[in-house]
Amino acid sequence: MAITAEDIRKIAQLAHLEITDEEVAHYTPQMASIVEYVEQLNELNTELIEPATGGFTVEGETTNTRREDVPHQSLGQKAALAEAPDPAEGHFRVPKVL
Amino acid sequence: MNTAENGIRAEVEKSVRAAEKLNPQLNAFLTIERDYALKRAAEIEKVSENLPLVGLPIAVKDNICTQFSQTSCGSRILGDYNPPYDATAVERLEKAGAIIVGKTNMDEFAMGSSNENSAFGAVRNPWDTERVPGGSSGGSAAAVAAGIVRVALGSETGGSVRQPASFCGIAGLKPTYGRISRFGLVAFGSSLDQIGIFGQTSRDIAPVLQTIAGRDSHDSTTADVPVPDYLSEIDSPIAGMRLGVPRELFGEGLDSEVREAVETAIENYRKLGAEIVDVQLPHAKYNIAVYYIIATAEASSNLARYDGVRYGFRAENAPELREMYRKTREEGFGAEVKRRIMLGTYVLSSGYYEAYYAKAQKVRTLLKQDFLNAFQICDAIITPTSPSTAFKIGEKSDDPLAMYLSDVYTASANLAGIPGISIPCGLSSENLPIGVQLLGTHWSENVLLRLANAYETEFPLSAKPIIYA
Repeated sequence: MAITAEDIRKIAQLAHLEITDEEVAHYTPQMASIVEYVEQLNELNTELIEPATGGFTVEGETTNTRREDVPHQSLGQKAALAEAPDPAEGHFRVPKVL
Repeated sequence: MNTAENGIRAEVEKSVRAAEKLNPQLNAFLTIERDYALKRAAEIEKVSENLPLVGLPIAVKDNICTQFSQTSCGSRILGDYNPPYDATAVERLEKAGAIIVGKTNMDEFAMGSSNENSAFGAVRNPWDTERVPGGSSGGSAAAVAAGIVRVALGSETGGSVRQPASFCGIAGLKPTYGRISRFGLVAFGSSLDQIGIFGQTSRDIAPVLQTIAGRDSHDSTTADVPVPDYLSEIDSPIAGMRLGVPRELFGEGLDSEVREAVETAIENYRKLGAEIVDVQLPHAKYNIAVYYIIATAEASSNLARYDGVRYGFRAENAPELREMYRKTREEGFGAEVKRRIMLGTYVLSSGYYEAYYAKAQKVRTLLKQDFLNAFQICDAIITPTSPSTAFKIGEKSDDPLAMYLSDVYTASANLAGIPGISIPCGLSSENLPIGVQLLGTHWSENVLLRLANAYETEFPLSAKPIIYA
C-alpha cells in the first residue's frame, strides 16, 4: 500500500522528529518508492521459514557471553556528565516535563 | 610493515604531513592528530619490546570511539563529542604499537554509499576529485588510496568498507560477524555492524586483523573462536581452491566494463590454479529489500538515544521536554538519517511489523542458507564488488533507491554474517578502479586473505591515483 503524507507525519511523530511541510512533501514520494521496492519480498512464500534473529554463526550462539563477575572502576559521575549539554548538581538537567 | 629502521617519528611525521597537505583536496580527515601522533611516536620509539604494529600510522573512522579525540559519526548531533573511553579495536591497536594519525570522514552514522551524507562535507575520490570515494567509510578509503596511511579502520553495516575499497582501488575486508569487538563502535544496525579494515594490499590488512580480532568481554557478540595466524598462511598457494561464480549476479544493472574486468579476474584466478565452479544464490535479488528493512529497523531503535540529554547537541528554545527531543533530532540529524529512522519506525510500527520486519527476517534466513549451500561446493564466491565504478558527486544524491542499489553485491554478506574482501582488478576507460569481491564462509578470513594476496601478487594494480602522497 502506498505511503501517504499523513503516514509520514505519524511516523515522524513516533520517531520524535519535528518535520516541516516541505520535508513531508520531499520524503513522501521517496519513502513510497522504497516501500514499494521492499514489497517484492511478498513474492516469496515464507510460511515455513524460521526468522533469522541474532547469532548468525554457530560459534557465536554457543559462546559463553558472561564476563567474569569482578568489581571494577565505573565511569564515575564527573566523566559521565562531561559531555552533557546541561549538567547541574551532578545530574542531567532537562526542560520541564509537564 | 616494520618501520623502525626509518625512525618511527619520521614515518609518522611523513604521514601526518601528507594528511595535512592533501586534506584540503580530499576532505578525508575530520581531525588530524599531529601532536598526539608525534607524542605517541616518541613513546613507542622508547619501547624495547617487539610490538607487532610498531610505529604503523593508521587512520580511524569517526564512528569508532577514541578518548584522545572527537567521535562525531559525521553528524551534527554528536559534533565534537569526546568519548570517555576507547573502542576495544583502538585499545588493541595502540597496545600493538600502531599510531593513530586522525579520524576520518564518513556518511552520517554510516548511512550512505557515497560519503555525501556527512554533516562535514563530501569526501573526494583521489582518482578523480569530481567523484565520490564510496561510503560510508569513504574518508578511510580515500586516506589509504592517497597513500597517507597504509591501513585504516572503517565499519560495515551493508558494504561500507568493500564498496569504497572498490571505488578507490584498494583492499577492504569485512570480517565475520563476531570476529572483531564492536565495543566503542557507535551502533547503527546491531545484527549487521562490524569493524572492517582497509589496506593498500591485503598483506597490510592481515597483521591489523590479527591484532584486533578475537573475543572481548565488553562485546557479548564476539565469538570465542581461535584467531589463525593470518600472515603465516597468506602466501600459501591457491592451486586447487574452488571459486564459485553466481551467474545470476552478472546480469541486469551491472556496468559492462565492470563485468568484463571481473570476468578477466575469474580467468586470472583460473590461471593461478583455482577451479571455477557455478554456484546458485537464488535469493540474492532480495538482498537490498531485506537489508533496508532490517538495517533501518535496527537504526531507528539504536538512534533513539540521541535526544539531547546525556551528550552531544541540544536544540535551543525548547521549553518542554518532548519538544526538546523533537527539535534536537530535527536539527541534529541530516536528511538520510531521518529518512532511515522513519523507514525503520514504519516497518516496526503496529500493523506493519509482520508484513515488513518479520518477513525480512525470514528472507534473511533464506539468503544465509543460499550461502551455506554454495560453500558446500566452493571455498569462496567471486562477484563484482559494486555494479559501477565511482559515480559523480551529486549524481545519485536525489534518488535514495538508486543509491541503495550500489550495495547490491555487498549487503548480503552482512545479512549472512559472512566475511568478504574487495580487491582491485582493473581500471575503467575513465581511469577509475574496478573491484572484485571474494566472499567466504564464517571465520574464513584466512582463506580470503590468501586468495586476495595471490591475485594482488600476480596481477597488481600498478597505476596510482592523481592525488597521491
